Amino acid sequence: MTSSIMPGLVTFKTIVPNEGLQAALARSRSDVIHEISASKLKGRGGAGFPTGVKWNLAAAACGEPKYIVCNADEGEPGTFKDRVILSEIADIVFEGMTIAAYAIGATKGILYLRGEYTYLRASLEDVLRKRREANLLGDKILGSDLSFDIDIHMGAGAYVCGEETALIESLEGHRGEPRNRPPFPVDTGFQGKPTVVNNVETFVCAAAILGKGAAWFSAIGTEKSSGPKLFSVSGDCDRPGVYEFPLGVTIEQLLDVVGGNNAKAVQVGGASGQCIPAGQFDRAICFEDVSTGGSVIVFGPQRDMLHIAKNFMEFFVEESCGQCTPCREGNAKLLEGIERLEKGQCSMAYLNELCRLGEVMQLSSKCGLGQSSPNAFLSIVKHFREELMGRPHPATR
Amino acid sequence: MLLTERQRICEDVTAWTHELGSDRSAMLPILQLIQAKYREVSPYSMQVVADQLGIHPVEVYSVVTFFAFLREGTHGKFVIRLCRTITCDMAGKDRIAQQLRNDLGIDFGQTTPDGQFSLEWTSCMGMCDQGPALLVNDQVFTRVTSDMVHDIVEACRRSFGPLAFHSREVKTEVDQ
Repeated sequence: MTSSIMPGLVTFKTIVPNEGLQAALARSRSDVIHEISASKLKGRGGAGFPTGVKWNLAAAACGEPKYIVCNADEGEPGTFKDRVILSEIADIVFEGMTIAAYAIGATKGILYLRGEYTYLRASLEDVLRKRREANLLGDKILGSDLSFDIDIHMGAGAYVCGEETALIESLEGHRGEPRNRPPFPVDTGFQGKPTVVNNVETFVCAAAILGKGAAWFSAIGTEKSSGPKLFSVSGDCDRPGVYEFPLGVTIEQLLDVVGGNNAKAVQVGGASGQCIPAGQFDRAICFEDVSTGGSVIVFGPQRDMLHIAKNFMEFFVEESCGQCTPCREGNAKLLEGIERLEKGQCSMAYLNELCRLGEVMQLSSKCGLGQSSPNAFLSIVKHFREELMGRPHPATR
Repeated sequence: MLLTERQRICEDVTAWTHELGSDRSAMLPILQLIQAKYREVSPYSMQVVADQLGIHPVEVYSVVTFFAFLREGTHGKFVIRLCRTITCDMAGKDRIAQQLRNDLGIDFGQTTPDGQFSLEWTSCMGMCDQGPALLVNDQVFTRVTSDMVHDIVEACRRSFGPLAFHSREVKTEVDQ
């Protein structure tokens, strides 16, 4: 890894369009799933669920028709890699969806595009039209028995719809409120039918794996986190942008490349991720250590960590769907606590109480939003306690 | 609401249901079309959607109130949404916010009396490497400066019909 790495897609740009799809169609469905499993590909949205397992469950589930949903509701603060993928290699995303459709026996695909990316829609429709014309979508794709087509559905400005069951609820014309899991979408998804929901980047990886082989993919990265990964780097660094690194890269190495060496802390995984202080920059970004959907926000030495914690908490108060109590009330309580800290009116006992509340939210919230919303606050309190406590009261300043 | 406008909504929604289907899953796309054309999802249009899809209007209301991009009340012709999440915040969104307030004469959450502009906050819109960022309707503007705020607002004021200016290319890479 050298500092000559420039932002942008690297490996993903070397994918030969439709090589993966042709390879997949020449093999049996179970072979395709086996190849994905062998690559040890894990979901690129952040949760890191093994893609092969997901496809296998959906393939085995009973129910017709089956659906492939591409989650392009990229709402995690600091994440924009899917935007770049959809602007530059949308064709490969649709190819990956088609491979997934073949593997599980799906006939319909949906790209769920966030409302903020409406400006991308026309070009994506264009890519779909070209694929239809080239018989890469539609009936009997490339002379095989696979019939599959993809529609684009627009989101309407709700972060929680990035959660797969909330996304499905919104597709069905309901409020985007997460469901209880189980049942999982792989057997009870869109319209109650088996549905695979994967991130944009996961589909690109799937296409690459079928084209280049599972061995190529699993040779990159670490034992449990295989493959190249896109990182959206923003904040106080010289060269923000989308970068490709093998999983397992340390925060230090990443900061070297993006020009953020004097950082005070790095937020890995967006608002729902964790804040890593400078002393721990030797930690690796992968599923075994610091896991992420790709968001890396760099905080320079001049940043006020309490201000950052407050910004994240305001985000969650706004975006909580309000369905379950720990998340709806907990986030508001944490924000209130941060405001107290700002005014220098928070006792240590109260701060400890807030941390306990955060832990309760992690355990008892219904979906990933509430389970992860206290992460940023808790890690900032853990690493920057000195900076947060005992601020002068505004009146006495 | 004028009788003719009611009739127009009725015809539109009927046509859209024919096109998109009368299954409940067509609801969000239909509501988005209503929002785009009428700049609001009025109680009357919710009733029409409910009738067409064979569900209770409260079900439609619950969806409209859930999503940030759907609104029951009228929106300005140009909805300006400024990103307030952390990286745009660090890139100086407060100055842009103040400039927007000054140039439009309204605060966030308000619409100008002439019905031209609405000003709103939005959560992270995925332009974190190019902040501060804002949306004017569907168009994205990045690396916004106070000067640009003025240009954007003036371009909107001058335009009749669709926006008469083009967004700066959204760059996917930093300037080399």
